[in-house]
Amino acid sequence: MSTLRQPSDRVQFIDTDGMPLEDVDHPSMTDDTMLELYRDMYLARRFDRRTVKLNRTGEIGSFPPLYGHEAAQVASAHALEPEDWVIPSYRDHAALHVHGLDLGNILLYYKGIEQGNAIPDDVNVFPINGSVGSQPPHAVGLAWADSLVNDSESVYACYFGDGATSQGDVHEAMNFAGVFDTPNVFFCQNNQWAISVPFEKQTAADSLASRAQGYGFEGIQVDGMDPLAVYDVMRTAVEKAKSPADDELRPTFIEAMLYRLGAHSTADDPTKYRGDEPPEEWQEKDPIPRFRTYLIETGRLDEEEDDAIRSSVEDELADVIETVKSTEPPDPEQMFDHVYEEATPLLEDQREQLEYLRETYGDDELTDHE
Amino acid sequence: MATTDSDQDTQSLTIVESVQDGLRSEMARDDDVIVLGEDVGQNGGVFRATDGLYEEYGEDRVVDTPLAESCIAGAAVGLAAHGMKPVPEMQFLGFSYPAFEQIINHAARLRARSCGQYSCQMVIRTPYGGGISAPEHHSESTETFFAHYPGLKVVVPSTPYDTKGLLTSAIRDPDPVVFLEPARLYRGFKDEVPEESYTVPIGDAAVRREGSDVSVFTWGSMTPPTLEAAENVEDEISVEVVELRSLSPLDTETIVESVKKTGRSAVVHEAPKSVGLGAEVTARIQEEALLYLEAPIERVTGFDVPFPLYSLEEFYLPEATRIEDGIRTVTEF
Ligand SMILES: Cc1ncc(C[n+]2csc(CCOP(=O)(O)OP(=O)(O)O)c2C)c(N)n1
Ligand SMILES: [Mg+2]
Repeated sequence: MSTLRQPSDRVQFIDTDGMPLEDVDHPSMTDDTMLELYRDMYLARRFDRRTVKLNRTGEIGSFPPLYGHEAAQVASAHALEPEDWVIPSYRDHAALHVHGLDLGNILLYYKGIEQGNAIPDDVNVFPINGSVGSQPPHAVGLAWADSLVNDSESVYACYFGDGATSQGDVHEAMNFAGVFDTPNVFFCQNNQWAISVPFEKQTAADSLASRAQGYGFEGIQVDGMDPLAVYDVMRTAVEKAKSPADDELRPTFIEAMLYRLGAHSTADDPTKYRGDEPPEEWQEKDPIPRFRTYLIETGRLDEEEDDAIRSSVEDELADVIETVKSTEPPDPEQMFDHVYEEATPLLEDQREQLEYLRETYGDDELTDHE
Repeated sequence: MATTDSDQDTQSLTIVESVQDGLRSEMARDDDVIVLGEDVGQNGGVFRATDGLYEEYGEDRVVDTPLAESCIAGAAVGLAAHGMKPVPEMQFLGFSYPAFEQIINHAARLRARSCGQYSCQMVIRTPYGGGISAPEHHSESTETFFAHYPGLKVVVPSTPYDTKGLLTSAIRDPDPVVFLEPARLYRGFKDEVPEESYTVPIGDAAVRREGSDVSVFTWGSMTPPTLEAAENVEDEISVEVVELRSLSPLDTETIVESVKKTGRSAVVHEAPKSVGLGAEVTARIQEEALLYLEAPIERVTGFDVPFPLYSLEEFYLPEATRIEDGIRTVTEF
């Protein structure tokens, strides 16, 4: 097997050991914001680990962990304003949560309960999408409408993976974004893998960000395991999308370089196609210990505060998980509810047919199979 | 149906293993056969349907492609036009839609639009169907899309024996074949499968159970619950179960013969009812055997809703009880 590309030249503020890099201008961010980033990253990590266990015990179905993506998702979503939008794929739990979606929604979705994708009106996120690479056109349409109706007040941040960039839809969406100058950020988490397919089989190019040039707008690579760097590039992209300079287009393509530290999903066995452990040079970039070291070394966090953060995270998660565990599957007739705004007579007949079957045979017998 | 010599060596295989075995034997027989798709190489496919092939035939013949269904199918059109016999995999039927343009506008009609100069000898393999507690988009049963379009053949096995035999026929078929693999049955049970290669012809239905009161037509993952339902009612009703196996072309002759014998029939499929293939089967019966019918034809199918997330899938899918109910309805009419 060929070797993976190495992290190279890109925006970074924290070195691998967690120390501030010296000859760079650090982003202006309050200590409180930094601690919020840290807490949300830690929450994402723990949510992820606990959810994988829920899958093992059969509480939820197959689940894609975000292990290794914490800094990229948390910091990018923190750089958004409340009026902005997240258009996610299926692994973007932390970005969704930071932008206001209850973690319970995400768990319900992966528990096979439609209600998980029922997003409250005041949360600016689009439903979770599992069809790889198909959501960027929606992000462009949303942003385009905003530019027509609201003069680009909001930014539409679209999340997808390195594998997704091979889909025609992703290319078509970015081309539209350039042509219609839409307020979009295309946030690609290049975690080096698309299930078992390594990045170097996905493209012959070294960089995905460089594609932006072909669309006429800016592309940038960032250390996706450095939350300060991600926050900084995302902030710049968001500001530019809202108020570009005269010679600038609104969209940006950000390629966050990171590593999928876990399995593709709970149904995946990575030892089939890569070593037992992630490569050393990526493991040492693990965003959680790295950022913790940074916060401690720069005097923003001490052990005691860290402990307090950790236990508050566990409490929060325990609540969410309890609620989801005790959520029963919905009434089966719900499947007829939202096919159209108003159910057709045919659907009403079928709803009655299901009701008849349930009454006649009972749910256990009706759903029983060998 | 093809027969197996009793002295032939066999192995006990599941459906997914039989897919592997069918691919392996055709790759050994013909260097032009290559497998391409997402995760089909070292990973052996997300269901392990191509397991071991990469090690055996190398990365030139078992190819992990970039994540792009449209180009997987479209490149297969070009590979086939050049004389190769590509077997592209769509990781799930629900993810084949980006490839729709290439399958419909090109694979299906290259022969027609080049007046026979080019053909597309290719097999698009894909798992389909529900019942596996999978996430959204992973449980589709949209065979109608493909069976509707002229120029494509569509086959669906439900046993390990038929899997290898039909896959072999599909790979040797001069026209493009959509090969649907019932994900729910992938590992459900084993059959004795000949080690040698053999074919099960495309276009032939199989009578799985003989009966005299009612004919039930089905295919793929719905075959086991249909047989179960037939068994459950056997004291009262003699049910003939016909597994279509080939959805395009349809074996009209076997369908009609069965209905002429029983005078009653039902069609079972997990796809939504409206414009599902049950409608086509029903139409052919009334065209050829209307006067033999003693009751309206019953369709026991998925509902006309998007396939629900998995907590409700068992209410969506026709299981044995619902099929039994349909059999009774048509018998008691
Ligand atoms: C259209 C489509 N094709 C295939 C799949 C199966 N699949 C799910 S995730 C995945 C890999 C995606 O890789 P990438 O875009 O890098 O995102 P990551 O999973 O690494 O976050 C594949 C092939 C799918 N869900 N949708
Ligand atoms: Mg990836």
